[in-house]
Amino acid sequence: MVGLDLDLEMIRNVLCVRLSGELDDHTADYVRERVSHAIERHQVKYLIMNFEKLEFMDSSGLGVVLGRYKQIKRRNGEMIVCAVPPAIKRLFSMSGLFKLVGYEETEKAALQKIGGKVS
Amino acid sequence: MKNEMHLQFRALSQNESFARVTVAAFVAQLDPTMDELTEIKTVVSEAVTNAIIHGYEKDEDGMIDITVKIDGQLVEIIIRDQGVGIENIEEAKQPLFTTKPELERSGMGFTIMENFMDEMTVESKPGCGTTVRLKKQLSKTKAMSN
Repeated sequence: MVGLDLDLEMIRNVLCVRLSGELDDHTADYVRERVSHAIERHQVKYLIMNFEKLEFMDSSGLGVVLGRYKQIKRRNGEMIVCAVPPAIKRLFSMSGLFKLVGYEETEKAALQKIGGKVS
Repeated sequence: MKNEMHLQFRALSQNESFARVTVAAFVAQLDPTMDELTEIKTVVSEAVTNAIIHGYEKDEDGMIDITVKIDGQLVEIIIRDQGVGIENIEEAKQPLFTTKPELERSGMGFTIMENFMDEMTVESKPGCGTTVRLKKQLSKTKAMSN
């Protein structure tokens, strides 16, 4: 059964979330719970979501990203998505999500951008 | 060449990947591009997720039917449920419209289906279930262009 894997890492005060596998309605709850929990537990203000290894995503994934954006926004923080494969990028563009969250080609660039605003 | 297949499964979220992968495997005989395959997998995922979350409101006894018809390079995908139906179809089709924001639904399902396919029709009546018909003309096969 195809599923989804999550890799969470705190780099200074930035939470990096790396997704791999398939993000749909079935796997969305798991991502939502783990990322949301990590944000509260580590008092995260800066979030990077890395899509490089994600093979499939549908609108359930858009919901999860939008949900985390709102969560980070409530903490007066900032969120960047990075390394989004072309097929998934189309969904982001269609939903207007790039008007809300920043985009960088690589996680390194995302860290640099967000890191510049950290102490 | 004409071909057709039917698929019936329970309204369980783990069947979302089964449904999109199975439809993609059937369509693969037309030698689609990677983009076309991704689009087909995405729209099947959207329609099946709608049936599970909205049609059956997560009642796992519900059954979902998919029919895929192939005629030349034309693919027709019909996704049916016998769930609660849609009160206002035009409203449901609006981008970002969702009846379940508390579940973090994006409200983009129908917009994605319309965008990725050539044609989408939705038939629904409250209490009588929902049928989504999707059509897409695939690009010519490599064999035919030779």
